[in-house]
Amino acid sequence: MDKPMILLSPTAILGYGFPESSFSRGLSLNPDLIAVDAGSTDPGPYYLGSGSSFVPRGAVKRDLAYLLRAALSRRIPLLIGTAGGSGAKPHLSWCREILLELAREEGLSFRMAVIPADIPKSFLLEALAAGKVSPLGPAPELSEADVIESSYLVAQMGAEPLIAALEGGADVVLAGRCYDPAVFAALPLKRGYPAGLALHLGKILECAAIAALPGSGSDCMIGILEGERFMVEPASLERRATVDSVAAHTLYEKSDPYRLPGPGGLLDLSESAFAQVDDRRVEVRGSRFHPSSTCTVKVEGAKLIGYRVISIAGARDPRFIAALDEIIAGVKERTHDNFSGEAGRFKLIFHVYGRDGVMGKQEPQPRPGHEVGIVIEAVAETPDLAEAILGFARSTMLHYGFPGRISTAGNLAFPYSPSDFKVGGAYVFSVYHLMTVDCPEELFSIIYEEVR
Amino acid sequence: MKPLVDLALVIRSKNAGPFELTIDIIFKERDVYERVKERQLLNAALVARLYRIPEEDVISVTYFDPTAAFKATMKRQLPSGNLGEKDIYGAQQHAPLLELLLPWSDADAAAS
Repeated sequence: MDKPMILLSPTAILGYGFPESSFSRGLSLNPDLIAVDAGSTDPGPYYLGSGSSFVPRGAVKRDLAYLLRAALSRRIPLLIGTAGGSGAKPHLSWCREILLELAREEGLSFRMAVIPADIPKSFLLEALAAGKVSPLGPAPELSEADVIESSYLVAQMGAEPLIAALEGGADVVLAGRCYDPAVFAALPLKRGYPAGLALHLGKILECAAIAALPGSGSDCMIGILEGERFMVEPASLERRATVDSVAAHTLYEKSDPYRLPGPGGLLDLSESAFAQVDDRRVEVRGSRFHPSSTCTVKVEGAKLIGYRVISIAGARDPRFIAALDEIIAGVKERTHDNFSGEAGRFKLIFHVYGRDGVMGKQEPQPRPGHEVGIVIEAVAETPDLAEAILGFARSTMLHYGFPGRISTAGNLAFPYSPSDFKVGGAYVFSVYHLMTVDCPEELFSIIYEEVR
Repeated sequence: MKPLVDLALVIRSKNAGPFELTIDIIFKERDVYERVKERQLLNAALVARLYRIPEEDVISVTYFDPTAAFKATMKRQLPSGNLGEKDIYGAQQHAPLLELLLPWSDADAAAS
């Protein structure tokens, strides 16, 4: 660990892209690895629940083409975490297919380690029954039904399975749900760098150039580990890392900026010191890792709650806008009355933009403007019922006779024909919990594959 | 009184996982930050009032010295993606902070 170790993070999320010039400059520094985080729960429950990616296939393939060629020609490892956006089985297969397609098209051969992160429902149910499952933050207590109804369940792996895959000779490591910094920290940890520095550096690199000035989610960042410090530097010469930009990023998306819990323990930044090394580089010292005595893994799941159909409309009539609450209540009542036989099988929701469409009940100024945008949303047990509910509510609102109405032709302006959009499955997060396990390694088995 | 927007470089909100919303206020000047911190002008009770939530839903408030920032994390009133929820990324929930006035005397102004 005397020699500096150089880590290249090409982009904040695989598929967000990066300028070729930045990537080339990153490579010119002779990195020891290329790693990329490919996922997040930020885009909401749909992607884990439905097994689909939130980044388009073409964009992921474009990025992977660069990463794969560079890593293989330089004989440095390529690590990809939370494949496919959510890191469950279909996401992992999807990303693996893209890699195999690239290998075929470009005649590349490599040893790949694929590490699924799915856990069987029975495993989580047993842990739940044994009192080994607790909510993460303000998540509700877990129920058996939540587990059974989840379409996919993933556990978040730490660096250990990735280290094992590197020790197993993998050129490419494709991981399912994975702690974001782990893909960056695995090789440094394997080589004996301090865990606090390796993981803190990983925390910054996983968002690539977001921590730079100007910030960007689609540009490369370089991390340099050296003795008791690490440095970060944006690959593009048009960006700089500053103490403020790096420290500000430490706040970003975290509940508590000093204490960052993760697999295997707590990353403690209370003694971290940030300093400007030169115009474009910042160094960090003093970040520590406290291993925990019990072993817990984060488990995520999402479940289908119905099918969604929406309609988008505008309203410009001041009388209609003034009576809007009453009109919405009336439309809901008419809809529930018309479909009383389906009671309990659907929900009807109105979002009023230009009034409280963004903050809802927390809006400090819920006063409508001269026009409002209305999104009518129906979620029902079947796609047909959702369409029927939405269609009825939409036409009822269009022709609703409210007191003081003088424009009797129609209350809503629709920008589109058709007016109603079938969104597909509606999902919610069903599991966001910590599970105590004896040995996390047993959850993440590695499948090696010789691609040629 | 002094508008917070005049003192801050960054005012933002963001989801922190599906069940939490976090707000960050990064100050322009360190001495202004130190004053706000020393007098605890930003605190859990204020966050609860601005966001119309019970104070127990404010999970943590932190003054973060490395970047002269205040951070508060609260329970999301609806988890990300639940029915009726309006801001998946939580990135447009900072508006109440833009209207906030902080008690600020002439002495404070002179010192800053």
